[in-house]
Formats: sequence, C-alpha cells, structure tokens
Amino acid sequence: MSKWEETKRQITESQVWQSIFRHGYDDTPGNRVQMVSGNVWLHLHPSKVRRHAIRMRFTWCMGGITFLMFLVTVVTGIYLMFYYRPTAEYAYADMKYLEFDMPFGMFMRNMHRWAAHAMVIAVWLHMFRVFLTGSYKPPREFNWIVGVLLLVLTLLLSFTGYLLPWDQLSIWAVTVGSNMARATPLLGYEGPFADWTGANPIYDARAFLFGGGEIGPHTLLRFYILHCIFIPLVASLFMAVHFWRIRRDGFSGPPV
Amino acid sequence: MAMSREMFWALITSVGLVVTVLFVPGGRVLVLPELFILVMIGLYALAAPGAEITDPDSARPVVDTGPGDDKVHTWPHLVRSEFLCAIFITLLLIVWSLLVDAPLEDPANPTRTPNPSKAPWYFLGLQEMLVFFDPWHAGVVLPSFIVVGLMAIPYIDINPAGNGYYAFESRKIEILTFFLGFHILWISLIIIGTFLRGPGWNWFWPWEVWDSHKVEALTNVNLHYKFGVRTETGAMIFGAIVVLGYFVLGTIAMYMGIVKMKGQEFMQRWGMPRFILTSFLFLNMMSVVIKMVMRHAGNIMYVWQTPWINF
Ligand code: HEM
Repeated sequence: MSKWEETKRQITESQVWQSIFRHGYDDTPGNRVQMVSGNVWLHLHPSKVRRHAIRMRFTWCMGGITFLMFLVTVVTGIYLMFYYRPTAEYAYADMKYLEFDMPFGMFMRNMHRWAAHAMVIAVWLHMFRVFLTGSYKPPREFNWIVGVLLLVLTLLLSFTGYLLPWDQLSIWAVTVGSNMARATPLLGYEGPFADWTGANPIYDARAFLFGGGEIGPHTLLRFYILHCIFIPLVASLFMAVHFWRIRRDGFSGPPV
Repeated sequence: MAMSREMFWALITSVGLVVTVLFVPGGRVLVLPELFILVMIGLYALAAPGAEITDPDSARPVVDTGPGDDKVHTWPHLVRSEFLCAIFITLLLIVWSLLVDAPLEDPANPTRTPNPSKAPWYFLGLQEMLVFFDPWHAGVVLPSFIVVGLMAIPYIDINPAGNGYYAFESRKIEILTFFLGFHILWISLIIIGTFLRGPGWNWFWPWEVWDSHKVEALTNVNLHYKFGVRTETGAMIFGAIVVLGYFVLGTIAMYMGIVKMKGQEFMQRWGMPRFILTSFLFLNMMSVVIKMVMRHAGNIMYVWQTPWINF
C-alpha cells in the first residue's frame, strides 16, 4: 500500500473524520439513500424521485434557480450591509465608496443587483412552468397559493431594495411606484372617497409606506429594514412552507 | 475514491482560474469570483463525486421497487444536475457582473423630477395601465385582482387533465387565457413601458429622439359624450348602464358559451361560485383589452364618469 493510500486510510478512519462523515461514497442502493436522508440539506429531497422529475424539460430548473438567486442576494447583501448606512447623508456616498474604494465592492453590488433581477424573471418562468404542467391541481392547490405569496414577496424585496442607492433613479422609481398607494380607495388621500374617511397627505396609505407625507430619510430607513430584515424573514418562512409542501405532496408527474 | 470526469474538469477549471488570478496582469479582480466558483465546485465535489454520467433514461432504477415504478435514486441523479445547473448559472451571473455595472445616477434630489419617471421595470405594466385607467384602478384594484385571480386558479380549474404533465390539447382554454394575461398583457406592457415610452409618457419608437417638448393633442372624450349625452346625471346613468350591461351581458354570454361548449352537465359540476368568480375575473381582464382598443382606436377617455369615481 502506497504512502498516500495509507495516509488516506488513517484520515478517513480517524475518530474526527468518522464523527463528521457517517458514510463514504460506496455506490450501493443503501448508501445512495443514506446520501440524501443523512444530510440535513439534501434531505429537502425525497431519497427517490421519479424519472421525469429530473429532466430539465419538466422543471426548467426554475424553482431551484429562483432559490439560488435568493441565496446569492443573501450572501452578497450581507457584504453590502457592512459598508452601507441607511441615512440620507451617507447612503449615496457609501455607494460611491463601494464602487471606488472597497475591494470587490462594485462586483458584489453588481452580483446583488443582477441576481435580484434574475430572481424576478426566474420566479415568473417558474410560475409559468407550474401552470403548464398543471402542477397546481389537487393536492397542490395550497402550495400554488404559497407560491403566489412568494411571487409578491419577491417583487417587494426587489422594490424596497431599489430605493437604497438613494440616487435619482431610485427615489423617482420608488415615488412613481408608491404613488399608487395614495390612490387607494378610502385609504389614500387622492383615492375615491378620501373625504369620507379623512385620509390626508400625512395620514394615508402612502404616508404609512413612506413613514411620512413625502419620500425622505424616514422612508430610506423604513425600506432598509423591510428590505434587509422583514421581507427576507417572511419570504424564508414561506419558502420553508413551500419546500415542506413539495415534500409532503410529492412531486407532480404523470400517473404511473 | 475514483475521480469522476466532472471532478477532473472542475480541477482543470479551477487550476486555470488560479493561474489567471496569480499571473495575468489585473487578474486579481478575479479572486473573489474565483472563490465563489471554488466554493460551488467544492460543495459539488463533496455532494456528488464519482456520480455516474447518465441520462435519466439509462439511469439504474431503484432495486427495491416493483415493476412499473420508474423511480431512480435522488443521489446521484437529481443532486448532480442541480449542482451542475447551480454552477452554470453562478458562472453566468459572475461573468455578467464583471461586464455590466449596476446603474448609479446623480444623488437623490426630491426637487428635480426626471422626465420620464419610470417605476422599476417589473411594475411598468401597471404604470402603462395608468394611460387607460385612473390610478386607483390601475394601481390598486387591477393588481389586487391579479393576485387574487392567480390564487384562485387551482380552485376554479377543475379539469383533471394535465395534472403533472404537459397537456396542451386538453387544456386549450386554460392555457390560452393564461397566455393572454401573462404574455400579452403583463409582459408586452412591460416591454412598451420600458422601450417605447419617453418624456411625458409619450410614445417614441426606438429610432426616434426623445423630445421632451413633444406635445400630443389631447383629443380624448368620454364615451357618453360620443353618444350625445351632455349632463352630469345623464353621464352617470349612461355609464352605469354600459358598465353594468357589460358585466351582466358578458356573464350571460360566458354562461351560454360554456354550456354550449362543455354541456349542462359540466356547468352543474363546476358550480355557480366558480363560474361567477371566473367570469368576473375574466371580464375584468377583457375590460383592460377593450379599454386599450377604445383608447387607441377611438380616443375614449372614460366609459363611466361620476363626481366620485371614473372608469
Ligand atoms: C421565491 C419564490 C419561489 C421559490 C424559491 C420556489 C421554489 C420551488 C422549487 C425549488 C420547487 C421544486 C420544483 C421546481 O424547481 O420547479 C417548486 C415547486 C413548486 N412551486 Fe415554487 N417557488 C417559488 C415561487 C412559486 C410561485 C410564484 C408559484 C406559483 C404561483 C409556485 C408554485 C409551485 C408549485 C405548485 C410547485 C410544485 C410543483 C410540482 O409538484 O411539480 N412557486 N418551487
């Protein structure tokens, strides 16, 4: 036995190694099942799947890509959070700092932004695929609803993040997007029947969103907290439900 | 542990990248991207080394299942394609991020409104709807209907065909409706809003210069005016008749159409609540199309004008 083989054996048979990795890569049916069921991440899957389910043509990989894009934005977003201060004085300067002085600042910002856009596109395509394969039909009706909530949350995540660079593009896009809120019937001051409910510019649906009558520093802080804490948290909870349901209901497919 | 073909390529790629990073001038910008890729490849190497190179058809079936069962083991078959897909997409994203910078314009200035001011691209379909409807309708009511309508799909579609497989033939109407809502309305309005709308939300072809002084004559009139109704009360009554008439007649027409196509028996099975919900949502979707046509072809502003609320 060569020195290399000997060392390898010593390592893989040591107590430390065996306490971490419970089993090797033996290609036996039992071990194949172990690979999935014994791993906390992989066991999101069942240990056996039907043949059609692993084809690209069936899933388009789009649910998985949506999730991957979410993970990418989490990783890059944490990096950005180290250097970004959500106040009107600093936010824009910090963007410049990221771009010109921070090692890989621009790269991380680009990854974060493009992944966010890709996530929006992927989630639409995912929904379209689920529609085309009729995978919302019983017993998966409720998971479709969870999916629609995830779709809305994805858009909100993207929208709240749009404001944070605090440049002309971001405040005006968010202003235009949020102006809808002031037209809400009953609850918005420009909406129908506002005089009945007493909605006014500093006390209506849009002011609630903005944290005041106009877009301003208070809005920045509000959107920052929604973007970095609240919506990711809620979206993660719904994703947990989404994945759990897929496991419980089984993956859709043609009748056997 | 036998080295699979994929591990071999992963190794070659990473060595290549490390060499670029270390020895190519300016290659240092690749350190972090390289790290991302190595992490992915490392995860992959841990998760699925030595995975057989197979396609689903020739994958070895699970031994302990009976005849007629087409199951295969998740590891390595599914895990392997997931990781390869993830590596590929991450690579694309990395290359894209190295080549294209995220935009950053002048610092925010609440007193200087750019013209045009556009919402983020995924909301531009709704902003485009503002051309045709008042903000409370385009910005609040229609989006709510879209979300509620999407959620209602599994409950109003009782066609058992195509549960878990592509079935275009037996789901024609469903697929066409989805296509109309998603591709025609949502996506094409986004494309119009992104590429064809300029200053003043005026229409500019891609080869036209954005002229911020372009003024389009506002010749829009309300529908009641076209029909010779001139008083406020008359307009309210006229509009009410048109709008209610549209929904009542539309519902009746849909009812008869469905009975004709699918038979009375189907209608019984489908039930009134499902039918009413479906026809209400469908007629609302069609009203968007109708209003767009009326505006573009006949310069119609409102169909129903009241002192409080306009359609
Ligand atoms: C953040 C957003 C979302 C994530 C991360 C996500 C993730 C996933 C993943 C990984 C799968 C496994 C199969 C696949 O990749 O296609 C899946 C399945 C499914 N998704 Fe989503 N999804 C999201 C949004 C949605 C939306 C918007 C809908 C529908 C409106 C939806 C409905 C479903 C349904 C019904 C299934 C089961 C499909 C089947 O059994 O064939 N999901 N999702």
